[in-house]
Parts: sequence; structure tokens; C-alpha cells
Amino acid sequence: MFEGYTASEIGAIFAMQGFAGLSLFCVFLLMALGLAIIFGQMQVINMAHGEFLTIGAYSTYLMSVVAEKHAPWLMDYYFFLAIALGFVVAFAIGWLVEFSLIRFLYKRPLDTLLATWGLSLIMQQGFRSMFGAREVSPTLPEWLLGSWQLSDTIEIPINGLLVVGVTAVLTLAVFFLLFRSRWGLKVRATTQNRVMAEAAGINTARVDRNTFALGCGIAGVAGAVFTTIASTGPTSGSLYIVDTFLVVVFGGAASLFGTIASAFSIAQAQSILEFFINGSMAKVITLAIVIGILMLRPEGLFASRVRK
Amino acid sequence: MLAVRKLDVAYGQSQVIRGLDMDVGHNEIVAVLGRNGMGKTTLFKALMGILPARGGQVAIDSIDVTAMAPHRRVENGIAYVPQGRMIFPSLTVRENIETGLETAREKKIPDDIYGLFPVLFEMRNRKGGNLSGGQQQQLAIARALVSEPRVLLLDEPTEGIQPSIIKDIARVLKEIRKMRELTIIVSEQVLHFALDVADRIAVIERGAIVYEGARGEVDAAHVSRYLAV
Ligand SMILES: Nc1ncnc2c1ncn2[C@@H]1O[C@H](COP(=O)(O)OP(=O)(O)O)[C@@H](O)[C@H]1O
Ligand SMILES: [Mg+2]
Repeated sequence: MFEGYTASEIGAIFAMQGFAGLSLFCVFLLMALGLAIIFGQMQVINMAHGEFLTIGAYSTYLMSVVAEKHAPWLMDYYFFLAIALGFVVAFAIGWLVEFSLIRFLYKRPLDTLLATWGLSLIMQQGFRSMFGAREVSPTLPEWLLGSWQLSDTIEIPINGLLVVGVTAVLTLAVFFLLFRSRWGLKVRATTQNRVMAEAAGINTARVDRNTFALGCGIAGVAGAVFTTIASTGPTSGSLYIVDTFLVVVFGGAASLFGTIASAFSIAQAQSILEFFINGSMAKVITLAIVIGILMLRPEGLFASRVRK
Repeated sequence: MLAVRKLDVAYGQSQVIRGLDMDVGHNEIVAVLGRNGMGKTTLFKALMGILPARGGQVAIDSIDVTAMAPHRRVENGIAYVPQGRMIFPSLTVRENIETGLETAREKKIPDDIYGLFPVLFEMRNRKGGNLSGGQQQQLAIARALVSEPRVLLLDEPTEGIQPSIIKDIARVLKEIRKMRELTIIVSEQVLHFALDVADRIAVIERGAIVYEGARGEVDAAHVSRYLAV
């Protein structure tokens, strides 16, 4: 597939598609992070996780509409508010979902799978009734659409840099929360021995609820980031859920480093392949490579070896 | 202080605790003695709320806790040192102790804890899973004490532990009781440890208390017969 390109052209294509792949990498990473936090804490596979991305994306869209109509002076900066709004709305809805549905199903993993799948369909229908079936896009501020000319052939899109920054800050914040805060201590204690954590005085039901909500909130931020690479429709999120599972499994579910590396390689492979062949072929090839590697290393690339 | 009335506990069809009655006074140390499989652990789990009571009542200072989740019982002054210690293996020693601070007024490990268990201070940055059995036992007691309990439940604290550390634990229990008001219920299979620390002894057999006596007046030979295999 490389015929007709010179070596330096191919280098430039790799670099540019690589930078374009950064946004995809961020979406994957944030989605996988949220999914892994929820799975690690309560062994719930949230099939509706993609819909929380959609919530974040629609929140960003709404924010842009409001800013355009009522506060044009905000247009340059609304995107930061949209990220926060995406997080808050997805967090709040995640909290409600845990409270009204998930917590009744903890002892029945298969039912959780079905229930969250059903929830994802309901949420998609909800989006359709609220925003219509047509895809929408927020009006992004001009500075975000620009790019930065690195050399004659290589341009780095500003929005790519921004979302990498946002993702790095959020990932660090989550890391800090989990490993340095009292709340994180409660999460880790509950993950290791739920019964003992409860008997030590920790309200494990509340820890579960907040953990679930946090995972959803992170997906909401992924949704805000998502608006910079594609337009938003009712099923936008569900298109990402398979890729996200892929990232988590490929990285080895328990390792943060594995998740980052796996999100990066899958996003880059897709983005670079997409330039040469069409999108769905790129997906097929990525999937084939991942399956191949998983056959060699069933635990994932970076499975932690400290498990009992 | 702690009142148990007609407590029934079962695993599915098999009932293990049968109409158990027990009263423990303020600042008293009671040893629950019984052979393997007589229901000590089941009783403690039910007192803690880890297993539901099928019938009967558990009250602390006349607050009925029978329907409360374990963490709510901790709020009401019970703390638990389970059989097998249940240390969080990949938390550090310090973090393990901190998990017990949820109900404490200050979310900081009080100095006197490390005073009681100097070895935990030395090991504070090690992973809990890397400690020896005796050290884990001290860690589990420390984790329970920082919740500022009024009733401490210790399930077979001497099981699988060297005699020198057993002496340490007995000393610490007596010391704690001098420092603060604390009711202690400790389960045991070994009579001499019980006679060393407890004010009163209760023998459990097939899920009910079958013999009780104050330390001064127990007939050791009689109690030994319950404990013989
Ligand atoms: N999880 C369980 N399921 C069913 N039966 C149990 C379970 N745990 C304990 N038992 C039974 O309950 C009885 C009391 O056990 P236990 O409370 O552990 O006694 P002890 O602590 O005095 O050795 C035993 O006959 C044991 O076989
Ligand atoms: Mg036992």
C-alpha cells in the first residue's frame, strides 16, 4: 500500500496521522480508564459506558449553542467549561444509575451485563428524542481549529495538543486520587477485601457509587474530547465501546501503564492505517493484530504479575 | 454494654448459632471458649453484621444494631479483628491502619498506637502482605483500635502465632484497658491464654453458651473437658 510515496513523504504521513491519532488516543484512554476503574472496583462491565461519552459530547454541543446564542464573549473559552460540564453531567447521571439499578445487581454479573446493555439502548433512544437522529457538532473556537506548522510537511493540530493536555491532567488527577487521597485508600481497601473494608468502618456501598460515577464522569470528558474529532449522534458512544474493551483487554485490565500503552498503539495503528486504506479495513487489520497478540499473551500486554 | 438475645444464625439450611444469649459489661474482658467448629467465628460475624441474624437481637448500650450494616456498627462502637487477620495485602502497614480511621474524629493515626506496637512503626511503609503472622495480628488490632471502639471483638488472636508474641498480645490487651474504657470479647481454644486475660469465661458448644464463670471461680478441669478433642 505504500507504492507511489517517497520515503520522506511516508515519514511525514506517519507523523501527521500520528498527531491526528492523538485525539483518538485520548478518547480511548479516558474511556478505558473509566471502564477499568469501574470493573476493578466492582467487577461490573458497563455496557452503557459509551453512552456516557455521548452525554459528554452533547453537553459540549449544548454549551457551544448557549455560548453562541447568549454569550458570544465566551466563545473562545467555552470548551473548558464544556469539559467540566461533560464531567459533572456524566458523573451525576452515573451516580443515579448506580443508585437506581447497578447496586441491586452486584451479585449477578450476567444480569449486570444485560441491564447495562438495556440501559444503553434506552439512553440512545433518549438522545434521539432530545437531540434528533441527525448528527450535531459544536462550533469550535477558531484558535482550536488552527494548527502549528512544524516543518514543510508536518502540521500539528492545536486541538490534538489541547486534548492531550486535558487527558494528561485528568489521568494524573485520577492517579493522585486513587493512590494519594483518603478516598482512594477506601477504594483500594474495598477492591482488595470488600467484607473487611466494610468491617473496618468503610461505607463500601457509597465507595461503589462514587467510583461508578467517577468512571462515568471520565467518559463524559472523553465525550468533550470526542467532539474535536467527529460529530455527535445518538449512537456515537456505542461505536466506541468495542474499541474501549479492546484497549482494556489488550493492556491487561489491572495496569494503568498497560492501558496507556495499549490505547496509544491501537489509536495510532488505526489512524495511520486509515490514511492508506479505508476506515473499516483499518479497523479489521487492527483487530486482527490485537487478536494475534492476545493469542500469544492471553493476559494482555502488561498483565500485572503480582496477582495471587 | 453488649447484649445478645436469642440469636439465631444459619448458613442456608444449616443453623449454626441457636438461640444464643450473652451479656458483656462495661470494661469487661470475656473469653468465648470452644473447640473448632462450635460457632465462635459465626457468632463474631453475626455480631459484626457480616452474617445476618435469622432471629434474635444484638444491642450495644441499648442501641439495637441487629439490622445495621457492618460500617454502621463500627460507627456505633464495635471493632473487629477477624480470624486469619484479613490484612489488606497490597496496602502498606500505615494505610492498613488508616482504613480504620473512618469513624475517628481525627483522620490521623494517634501516636499511642505505635507506642503499643513499635514494630508497626518500623514497618509502616512495608506492604501488609509481607508481614509475619504475629505482626499481621498486631496490625489487625491496631486497625481496629484506631476506630475508637467501645467493644473490641478478637477472633482467635493466638491462632498460629509464636508464644512470645502471644504474651505480647496479652500484655497489650491489658494495657489498652488501662488506657481507655474498652469492652473486649475474645474467642479462644486455649484455656490458659483466656485465664490470663479474661475477667470471665463463656464456653460455646454447638451454637449456644453452655458454661459461664468468673476467672477466680472457673473450674479449669471442668472447662478443659469442653475443649478436649
Ligand atoms: N461459609 C460456611 N458455610 C456453611 N457452613 C459453615 C460456613 N462457615 C462455617 N460453617 C460451619 O459452621 C460451624 C461453625 O463454624 P465456625 O463459626 O467457623 O466455628 P469456630 O469459629 O468455632 O471454629 C461449623 O460446623 C462449620 O462447618
Ligand atoms: Mg473460628
